Amino acid sequence: MGYKILVVDDSKLARMAVAKALAALHPDWTRVEAANADEAIAVLKQSKPDVAVLDFNMPGRDGLDLAAELRAMVPNMPVAVISANHQQEVVDRARAIGATFLVKPLTEPALQEFLAGAVAQLKAAGA
Amino acid sequence: MTEATASDLDELELDALTELVNLGVSRAAFSLREMIQQQVHLSVPSVELIGRMKAIEILGKSEISKLVAVHQVFEGDITGRALLIFPETRSLELVRAVTSSELSLEDIIELEQEALAETGNIVLNGCLATMANNLQRTLKISLPEILRGDSHSLFNLEPPPHAGDVVLFVYINFSIHERDIQGYIALLMDMPSLAALKVLLREFIQRATGAAPAQDA
Repeated sequence: MGYKILVVDDSKLARMAVAKALAALHPDWTRVEAANADEAIAVLKQSKPDVAVLDFNMPGRDGLDLAAELRAMVPNMPVAVISANHQQEVVDRARAIGATFLVKPLTEPALQEFLAGAVAQLKAAGA
Repeated sequence: MTEATASDLDELELDALTELVNLGVSRAAFSLREMIQQQVHLSVPSVELIGRMKAIEILGKSEISKLVAVHQVFEGDITGRALLIFPETRSLELVRAVTSSELSLEDIIELEQEALAETGNIVLNGCLATMANNLQRTLKISLPEILRGDSHSLFNLEPPPHAGDVVLFVYINFSIHERDIQGYIALLMDMPSLAALKVLLREFIQRATGAAPAQDA
């Protein structure tokens, strides 16, 4: 059975790019989307995704703030933050929250590596 | 290819352009961060199609009257100008940040022009080159030029020949908290470029979303 992934990005194009990579890697997974942090929290409560992939630079709360919230609500959920802004401080903050940092534009191999780790983590947790 | 008059960008094309600018500015901020060893904070870019005068008005809204700008012109399938702008009072602080804190004030003042040009060149080139690479086109980028003055005189630059009154205006704030430096990056793209940009954005969207057969990793 496939997992459910939450994709959060204010750019529709960026969400489409993640969807494309995901369709190639895990066609059996379900995808739910949100365009900002508030929507993401609502989708999280309603759809209970297993994994989350978040954009960093969004209007309102950024992806790292959202990652921290998600980790507080669902401590075992694997979370990745995607950004072209790979300044050390941003990467460090992601790491401190327990999120994986992925460079934008997202490539299939990078997403694959994150998802493989996420699946291992979910299986270990018995999901 | 359609004429420029019919070239208003649709929602997904504007989204793609914003994302493209976001990629470019993020890369540029990374380069600046490497130069100053301190985090550069960025706002979410705003992308608008507005009149040239309105763009000048927005750029001139800053309460600070004395500004410094590093200005570069880009030409290719798309043509326009890129500006890195900050208050003149913080100019020396930026120079100090990118050089060495141990330099004397005389040295800093002497280096100012050159250091500003070089910083602007790295930031603006980083941004424009990332955009050009993602669009798979080459842009010819002019040497940096330092402009000083109040906002109105600074931005009332002569439009290039054949440029219409409407420009594509992209605007992002950046700040370096530790140095109390704030400024912004602005791109002004001329109307005749819009039809070409629309085609390039469609190709970019196709590559990103998989509608096209080939995709580079």
